[in-house]
Amino acid sequence: MMMGALFPGVLPPMLQRIVDPQSPPADLGFLGPISVPLIYTIVKMLIVFTVYMVGVALLTLAERKISAWIQDRLGPNRVLKGWGQPLADGVKNFMKEETLPDAVNKPLFLLAPALAFIPALSLWAVIPFAAPLPLPWGRMDMVVADLPIGYLYILALASLGVFGIVLAGWASNNKYALLGGLRASAQMVSYEIAMGMSTIPILLLAGDVSLGTIVRQQEQNGWHVLTLTIACFIFLVSAFAETNRLPFDMPEAESELIAGYHTEYSAMKFSLFFIAEYANMVTASALMATLFFGGWTVPFWHAVNNAPWAAWKTAITLGAFLFKVLFFLFFYMWIRWTLPRFRYDQLMSLGWKIMLPLSLGYVVVIAGATLGLDAVGVPRTPVHGWPLYSLCLMAINIVLVVLLFVVADRGRLISPASTRVRAVELARLRAVRQRSALAQRPVVAAVGRPASGAGD
Amino acid sequence: MTLFYQFCFYLFGLVAVVSACVFVTRKSPVAAALWLVNVLFCLAALFVLLDAQFIGAIQVLVYAGAIMVVFLFVIMLLNLGEPARIADSRGTLPYLGAGLLAIGVLAALMTRLPHPVPLQPFRIAADSLAAEARVSGAVAPVAVPLFTEYLLAFEVTSVLLLAAVVGAVVLGRKRNEPDATGAGDGSARRTRPDVREAAHAS
Repeated sequence: MMMGALFPGVLPPMLQRIVDPQSPPADLGFLGPISVPLIYTIVKMLIVFTVYMVGVALLTLAERKISAWIQDRLGPNRVLKGWGQPLADGVKNFMKEETLPDAVNKPLFLLAPALAFIPALSLWAVIPFAAPLPLPWGRMDMVVADLPIGYLYILALASLGVFGIVLAGWASNNKYALLGGLRASAQMVSYEIAMGMSTIPILLLAGDVSLGTIVRQQEQNGWHVLTLTIACFIFLVSAFAETNRLPFDMPEAESELIAGYHTEYSAMKFSLFFIAEYANMVTASALMATLFFGGWTVPFWHAVNNAPWAAWKTAITLGAFLFKVLFFLFFYMWIRWTLPRFRYDQLMSLGWKIMLPLSLGYVVVIAGATLGLDAVGVPRTPVHGWPLYSLCLMAINIVLVVLLFVVADRGRLISPASTRVRAVELARLRAVRQRSALAQRPVVAAVGRPASGAGD
Repeated sequence: MTLFYQFCFYLFGLVAVVSACVFVTRKSPVAAALWLVNVLFCLAALFVLLDAQFIGAIQVLVYAGAIMVVFLFVIMLLNLGEPARIADSRGTLPYLGAGLLAIGVLAALMTRLPHPVPLQPFRIAADSLAAEARVSGAVAPVAVPLFTEYLLAFEVTSVLLLAAVVGAVVLGRKRNEPDATGAGDGSARRTRPDVREAAHAS
């Protein structure tokens, strides 16, 4: 069942060697065997960088289209029926005048966009995005750099991203920008702690901080979202705060701070902040997928990496990974156009008084559970295909989820707003709305009459 | 490969030393803080070159990413104004003295060490650690001794840090708040002069 046998004469020789790595390796000539990993890395860097940048540009279009869909509008529909809008935006940003206000601190003002942009860009390097591809010259791991400290690298570089925002705010010499920068630094430092703590249970289960190990562990034992739902919840909320997205976009709250930290920036420098924000969003989505939703693995599908199917497996897992990442990107936008912005003190008290103690307590509970399961003698690897360890953790998880989201929450955070109002009050409000709707009908019919006060 | 390592070592070492010199000579606190971040980042790169990737990542995560951000936060909150006005204006003589003292201590240390410096034990330890890291991941070679051999010291250090945090909160608390309990009010009144003294001293 070789691919070459399936499509004889159809595949060009080079592609045939890719789908069938057991065919004799090509002669690389002057390039020795040592330089093959280097070439692999360069190729992966180029491809990942290009896809990342184009993807981020398309995301701006996706955001506008999804917001239009949620708000029942059309959205961008002019340049190539809307599809060319990112291109037009890019050209506009390059052609616009770069303003440099007089009172700014020039070196830092120019440095800040780069400091926001570079960490956001280099974060993607350690995220594995597909199953390894066996090539005639050796296996190609589908990750730009498989660092042994993968997850810590992400935390470290993500913590550097705040410098760009803080410096932009300070160097602009503008009170709104400064307030935005201050908010950003406080917010990102606060939620970084909850974010790091929420992933300790995963590291406990995987026994390593390499993202490749975490993905393999989930391939064996099932997704972490099923065993560690609360960690997933904390991570999701913290990721929203870390990327400064609604409902936590304090640093650039338009109604309070004009545009926050990038008030004084124009043209391409503003665009760099914009790209950095979307790049961070993509990274956070990819991390959600990798840490909690199995990374590139496809559930209930353990195809071996043997010769005829190797390239197909890589392609399918790449598709699965992209699907998961795109889902979380959609989720980000969905939340943005659904929830209103938090107040700053609410944000801080949520971070320090709820998220941090919750994640600390959760670490203790999961560490205790793993200790107990190991002491009882439940094997960490699946028994006859049944991941016993994960099933035990899942049972504990259900209890914890019910305890947190039903008992401890008492309908304050998770439930819809309507449950927080007393039943009598709710009935009164509904009656008022019905009356006003009835009263509105003739107003709408009479053209030109102001409809003020009808919406109460 | 060794040439590459040597090049990287000298590059990051040079950048770190130059950044450190620039860091102590800046008048603007924000610029100084940023140069310090650069020093810390270069140190992290040197750690990575020594195969201590975990330490390198933690260096960036804790010092550059958390502590320096809080420093910047405080500098901005205080909004220190004109750098030239608030700069330490004690003249260059004390600084020169401090620098000479540091060089003297360093020279004394260097001359006291046996010559040539026996680096062999360090090299063996580093090589075995790197080999261990390749087998059991980047974190285990640090974590295992920390949680077995040096557990007591580790835990005592954490209590020490906790005490420092609690102390900072106690000192930073507003004293004029009306306290519900009489005892708390009394104790607050008792400590007030000390706090004032501390504020004046700093």
